[in-house]
Amino acid sequence: MNISQSKSPGANTPITKILSWFGTALGQLFISVLIPAITFLVLWQGYLFLQRAAAPQIVQVLVAIVWGVGGVALLYVVTNWLVMKLPKKIARTLQPFVFVGPAVVIMGWFLAVPVIRSLIASFKNYLGTEWVGLENFKFAFTDPRMLETFRNNLLWLVFGTFFSVAFGLLIATLADRSKAEVLYKSIIFTPYALSFVGAGVIWKFIYTYKGTGIGIREIGLLNAVVTALGGTPQPWLNLTPWNNFFLIVIMVWLQTGYAMVILSSAIKGVPAELLEAARIDGANEFKIFFSIIVPYIKGTLLTVTTTIIIFSLKTFDVVRVMTGGNNGTNVIANEFYLQSFTYNHAGRASAIAIVLLLLVTPVIINNVRSFNQQRRGF
Amino acid sequence: MRSKKHFIWASIAILLVASLVLAACATTAEAPAAEAPAGETVAALPQGQELANAYAGQYKGKVVTMAGPFTDQDEVVFNDSIKGFEEKTGIDIQYEGSKEFEANINIRLDGGDRPDIVDYPQPGLLRYAVEKGYAIDMNTLINPDWIKTNYSDAWQSLAKMTGPNGEIVAGIWARANGKSFVFYPKAAFDAAGYKVPTTWDEMMALTQQIADDGDTPWCIGIESGAATGWTMTDWIEDVMLRVTGGEKYDQWVAGELKFDSPEMNEALDYIEAIWFNDAYVYGGRAAIPTINFGDAPKPMFENPPKCWFNRQGNFVTTFFPEESVAGVDYSFFYLPGIKEEYGSPVLGAGDIYAVFNDRPEVRAVIQYFSTGESLKVWVESGGAILTHNDASLDWYVDPVTRGVAETIRNATTFRFDGSDMMPGAVGAGTFWKYMTDYVSGSITREEALKQIDASWPK
Amino acid sequence: MATSLKSHKASQSFWTNFVLIAICVLWMIPILGILITSFRPSEDIFRNGWWNVFPHKEDLEVSRVIIPESVDVDGPITLSGKTATFQEWQRGVQLEDGTKGTWYGNKRTRTIVISENKWVGFATNLTIQNYMDVLTGKTISYKNAQGQTITRTGNNLGGAFLNSLAVTIPGTIIPILIAAFAAFGFAWLDFPGRNIIFTIIVALLVVPLQIALVPILQDYVKLELNGTFLGIWLAHTGFGLPLATYLLFNYISTIPRELLESAYIDGASNFTIFTDLILPLSVPALASFAIFQFLWLWNDYLVALVFLGEKNQTVTIAVAQLVGEKGQDWHLMTSAAFISMILPLIVFLGLQRYFVRGLMAGSVKG
Repeated sequence: MNISQSKSPGANTPITKILSWFGTALGQLFISVLIPAITFLVLWQGYLFLQRAAAPQIVQVLVAIVWGVGGVALLYVVTNWLVMKLPKKIARTLQPFVFVGPAVVIMGWFLAVPVIRSLIASFKNYLGTEWVGLENFKFAFTDPRMLETFRNNLLWLVFGTFFSVAFGLLIATLADRSKAEVLYKSIIFTPYALSFVGAGVIWKFIYTYKGTGIGIREIGLLNAVVTALGGTPQPWLNLTPWNNFFLIVIMVWLQTGYAMVILSSAIKGVPAELLEAARIDGANEFKIFFSIIVPYIKGTLLTVTTTIIIFSLKTFDVVRVMTGGNNGTNVIANEFYLQSFTYNHAGRASAIAIVLLLLVTPVIINNVRSFNQQRRGF
Repeated sequence: MRSKKHFIWASIAILLVASLVLAACATTAEAPAAEAPAGETVAALPQGQELANAYAGQYKGKVVTMAGPFTDQDEVVFNDSIKGFEEKTGIDIQYEGSKEFEANINIRLDGGDRPDIVDYPQPGLLRYAVEKGYAIDMNTLINPDWIKTNYSDAWQSLAKMTGPNGEIVAGIWARANGKSFVFYPKAAFDAAGYKVPTTWDEMMALTQQIADDGDTPWCIGIESGAATGWTMTDWIEDVMLRVTGGEKYDQWVAGELKFDSPEMNEALDYIEAIWFNDAYVYGGRAAIPTINFGDAPKPMFENPPKCWFNRQGNFVTTFFPEESVAGVDYSFFYLPGIKEEYGSPVLGAGDIYAVFNDRPEVRAVIQYFSTGESLKVWVESGGAILTHNDASLDWYVDPVTRGVAETIRNATTFRFDGSDMMPGAVGAGTFWKYMTDYVSGSITREEALKQIDASWPK
Repeated sequence: MATSLKSHKASQSFWTNFVLIAICVLWMIPILGILITSFRPSEDIFRNGWWNVFPHKEDLEVSRVIIPESVDVDGPITLSGKTATFQEWQRGVQLEDGTKGTWYGNKRTRTIVISENKWVGFATNLTIQNYMDVLTGKTISYKNAQGQTITRTGNNLGGAFLNSLAVTIPGTIIPILIAAFAAFGFAWLDFPGRNIIFTIIVALLVVPLQIALVPILQDYVKLELNGTFLGIWLAHTGFGLPLATYLLFNYISTIPRELLESAYIDGASNFTIFTDLILPLSVPALASFAIFQFLWLWNDYLVALVFLGEKNQTVTIAVAQLVGEKGQDWHLMTSAAFISMILPLIVFLGLQRYFVRGLMAGSVKG
């Protein structure tokens, strides 16, 4: 009987041998290759499964959800595990990139690179085969269709943003003083939960026009109201340029809820003592609103306004669903869509996209500046 | 905390393994159908070898995907018409109709998500796929001699397009569409004692008479979702052929004759006389852009009819009430000529099928579609006119479609729908858009025409 | 003094509630309209407006009078003592006994319909058939105002609902997960280029996603990602990441330094700090961004249209198709639109409390 043998009874069994081999450097390398390989294989199989789309829809959807969410989590775990296998010093330098890397790569792919690629494509012809210089930009800045979209986007930007924010602020302020706050806010927010397409259905139903003549009866709400008041029905969506405002009403109806929710949370942050003190001093509610509340929430107000300005510049769905851009309601994003997918003019489409980017540049600059100020604060 | 974390990762792992197992299951389930019996030789048919193979059952269980604009009733009829072939050969033709077809098809093609066969309602759209080199030359898929025998020279030349590797036969024609027709509610029309007009002046006199009798004569609607305006452009083309003739028409379609020309203005004068007279149009001029082209003829079938004339392609009968009977409840007359020297021109269009994936079973299916037989069921259920030479006039069961088919054959001048032949940015873009704006009254005629001219790609 | 202040307060609260109720009613009318329409039979929808389900006064036919052949319809026509031309009769003439006479159709009918103004709409005709058709229908048949039958193929909204879930759930969670990792990295880890990269991300906040559609599509062609769920998740991740990273960074950077330091001293690695400490602490911010991202994905039309196409139709695309074709599918469109907004509403109401708190952290500073 050998003591050393009895101490490790299983030392010679194949399993322990394999296990101990994994402890060696070679074994570590093997695992480092094997585990990512397995991960990759699992993800690849899932991808193929979804690609084939042979299973019942519900199974596919479940697999899609598990595969998508689980896959991303797994990738992080495996990459981090791999990095931690490396010598400590290298690991410490590499680890931050495990955290920020995927985000940076994806944003680069989906946003940064496309900006550059669009810029290049905007100097080429409609098939992207020949250089045409500034031809497409000449179109983007001088074509009457484009000028029409600029005018309309300006209307959207000014009126859409103003009324969304004004209504949002009004409701947020008033609701703050009411017992039924949650109810009011939920009602105003409801349209925000609706897709533009769904909103389009609703508003088509309001603006619909059947024509004039014997025995024709309006089924659209607005025309019914107008007729009841003794007016004549109108084809609201064809009335240039007023139809733009009828479309902007839809945007206000949708976006007010967003402005309200955010402004409401900011108003709740105004210290109660400040308001009380002002009231005791005899200030009326209007004065309190403009001299205390508004200055206090200025930052949030700016954020909300910025977001809605960007939204109004990018507006697309409402116009596409309601009028298709006809009758003087075209907007930049819709013209982009038409050029790109209906007329197949890649060059012009890219030029329009670049113009859109130029239009939001002031907002970018503002954003970067306020971010840098913020960083200095730390 | 640690154990909780482990639990989370463990669950993720388990779920992933489960999905792997599911994936594996799906693989095995699919395996048996993969191999088809091959190798047997069957005598070729005039259309090609593959069609013969298909009838011999060699492609049983294979799937051929198709995409196109048929939806609703059209999709039902189309599926009925291919059912026989599917049963005989065991090939599964999966047709996917989309209402946003025009907007989506190029996205799909660029996206590499290419259906095997695409049914284009207009050759202009197909030209893009040809220029990009996606479309496969029909001469490589179907016996070229058969194409030459079964299609007239006019149809053949309309299918020739230039791709990156030179000229190809980009597709085969399926249904033809005559557009120069005015449909009317025959029973009520006869009861009222009206007479079918044979000249433009007679038609305008009848229009005035109907208005005097207390009805609105014309049913006009041009709304069509993203494609709003095309009904107007059809009208314009039809009237253009009648006031300037085929030669000038060709120049106009090619971009040599401007939109803002005396010819076009003359044509629009004729149209305005009807469209912009609120007493002549159901709902009035302002309603035209808001009424869907398919809804437009519906008031014709009320009792008494609220409008009487609907100028449209023969396909519009599929939008008529299902209870109405061709030749009894409704009929058509040829939209009369205006100037005698230009005779009786007919405006038409057609569906063209293109192929994007070359597999034996796809060849078999496209060879089948090159025969009139493939759409016989559709012809028999009404609403379709065929381009194929091997299609017999006897197939048209109702007097209306037979009449339409005869009118197309007897036309002194046949011209293809101009907006389909123009570059997409004009034919499916500014032409529609500005004509819609013009009818709505949001821009003037002069502005509309100038802007269309300006949008023509240089 | 005390009472006057009280009454002042009471009147103020009255006006506050008055204005709020007025705005809310205005906001609700469109939604009420589709809700009622979605329960009406198609024939009714084409016949009159949705407000007709409420009691109202309407002209109802009581009898018909045939004008004898001897009367010239081109001249003045007399009935019950009233004389008017054909055109006037066509528009309707008020008769002495309170009824109204309206010419039916054209001159040849020689018929005048006598109608009386009566209260109607008490027995309202509602149905759930529209919802059944929209959710399950393969082919749908219905009647229009003239009683004519119309057949159309269904859009299988039930299937579209599933597809929307398959797009939105991972499309919401994946960017949040990636953004949370990145936000932690930017806030608490030191690495070269940190500031520059983060500045670029802030700039990307305002890049319109339209700019990316064509280039990404071209990539997807090569990678065969077009029309796949993976493709659309990646797209939504890419487009949602700048905002997610920015918001989560604002939140995560405010977590007290001492908390993290004590964890480091306990020997925790960056990874465990992130999973065990940062993630649980950031739940409000994660939830508030999740709501935004969820609403945006659920209601997205453009990205789904371009990258998913028709193959895996989402709810918005299915509804848009109902809108597109014929102007007469109101009953289907309205019920479809209503179905499409149920889930987002539930999500909003359920997560509302996070919404307010989480956003405080992110945007108030902005």
